[in-house]
Amino acid sequence: MAVQRLRFTFPTDLIKEPVIYLIGQQFEVITNIRMADVDESTGWVILELEGETDEIARSVAWAESRGVRVDPITGDVIEG
Amino acid sequence: MTYAQNLRCRECSRDYPLAALHVCDFCFGPLEVLYDDDGIKASVSRKTIASRPANLWRYREFLPCDADAAINIGAGFTPLIHAKNLGKALGLPNLYIKNDTANPTWSFKDRVVAIASSRARELGYEKLACASTGNLANSVSAHAAAAGMEAVVVIPNDLEAGKVLGSSIYSPTLVKVAGNYDAVNRLCAELAGTRNWAFVNVNVRPYYAEGSKTLGYEVAEQLGWRAPDHCVVPIASGSLFVKILKGLNEFAKAGLIDEPHTRMSGAQATGCSPVATAWAEGSMNFRPQRPDTIAKSLAIGNPADGYYSLVQLKETNGACASVSDDEIVAGMKLLAETEGIFAETAGGVTIASVKQLAAAGRIDPDELVVAFITGAGFKTAEAVADSLGPALEIDATVESFEAAYGDREGVPA
Repeated sequence: MAVQRLRFTFPTDLIKEPVIYLIGQQFEVITNIRMADVDESTGWVILELEGETDEIARSVAWAESRGVRVDPITGDVIEG
Repeated sequence: MTYAQNLRCRECSRDYPLAALHVCDFCFGPLEVLYDDDGIKASVSRKTIASRPANLWRYREFLPCDADAAINIGAGFTPLIHAKNLGKALGLPNLYIKNDTANPTWSFKDRVVAIASSRARELGYEKLACASTGNLANSVSAHAAAAGMEAVVVIPNDLEAGKVLGSSIYSPTLVKVAGNYDAVNRLCAELAGTRNWAFVNVNVRPYYAEGSKTLGYEVAEQLGWRAPDHCVVPIASGSLFVKILKGLNEFAKAGLIDEPHTRMSGAQATGCSPVATAWAEGSMNFRPQRPDTIAKSLAIGNPADGYYSLVQLKETNGACASVSDDEIVAGMKLLAETEGIFAETAGGVTIASVKQLAAAGRIDPDELVVAFITGAGFKTAEAVADSLGPALEIDATVESFEAAYGDREGVPA
């Protein structure tokens, strides 16, 4: 089992969608919202995802396919 | 010895031990090294610092590891040049260039890696790792080689040849990753979270970031123990931008210089300008971007210190420029032609930004301005190769020379 902390950024057209609920329903991962700021036009959530590494990767790929931007919580780890 | 006491969350001020930690477990804020300021003040003087060898370890009291056991390949104390020719061209008579191309692997990354690698070894790590678009990989590879440590450097598979070679020569494990920027970034974040390696800019980032402060110390010392009026700094992760001012403030706290009133301005490429865009919109929240610029060393679309950079721009009455790829190339050429300094694309961003900010009246001509050049031009030779004038092609005769050279000057041979 692995735990990943990721920052999900939601575009306006996904604000009303229960994306995090659906991740928990469709994938074998435990979702834990640690911080969030969501308003009527945009929003971000820092999410802990716990599960098998492959299953977490699948859930992230699904969220991205819906239009969510997913980043490491520390920002980019690639540097110049 | 070191005067470092503990790590502290920049957001919620929770304290942590001096371990390989980089984010607060509670609020996810970044951790920073906290020092015994009184101890530092009691132990340093201008005289003792000036008497030490010309590298960044001359500021040992302000650094988070034991300088006597440090991995020292000679990083730091690079030239500060009064750029009279460039200043004349830009209408800035008091313009200085901090030339960090003169570091051992030709970029400012030697400063941060010197500290990170030394602290990593103190913490018992045997492998140094990083994810990099070039300069950081070069420096990690070199420091690991000098320390007898293993290096694993992960790079995108489309880097400039000079930057790949600049790592390969030190024989690290070089991993070239195919895939878009986001995918490479997330892979590296995952590796950093699962391997027991010192990822210099991830799990030992609090120590790594301290290396950038030394640019502030050096500039103050080289200006005769005073802070500049205005700094223009390229912004990638934003750490360098924030830490230069932190260095100036720490020097003031230790009684080495007067309290700085330095304006801090940023420089970004338009193709990756999350901070400059937020700044132009008057927002303190940046939106992550997908980088598309020739300035790959600044291609950080989701900068870790982006927010703190915006705060600093505001607090110091600075400004943030963004410049096109054509302006970057022009900036590289202008610096080379006026001051004899061949900078990489990030240097082109800085010079083009100085030009833009000066033209817009955001830099006062009376200010003592320092522009930070962070990497050498041979690393990104491709960026300018096609825009340079051709050589005179001649036969090995005086007549042939005069024909070619005379024509060039418009004088009949």
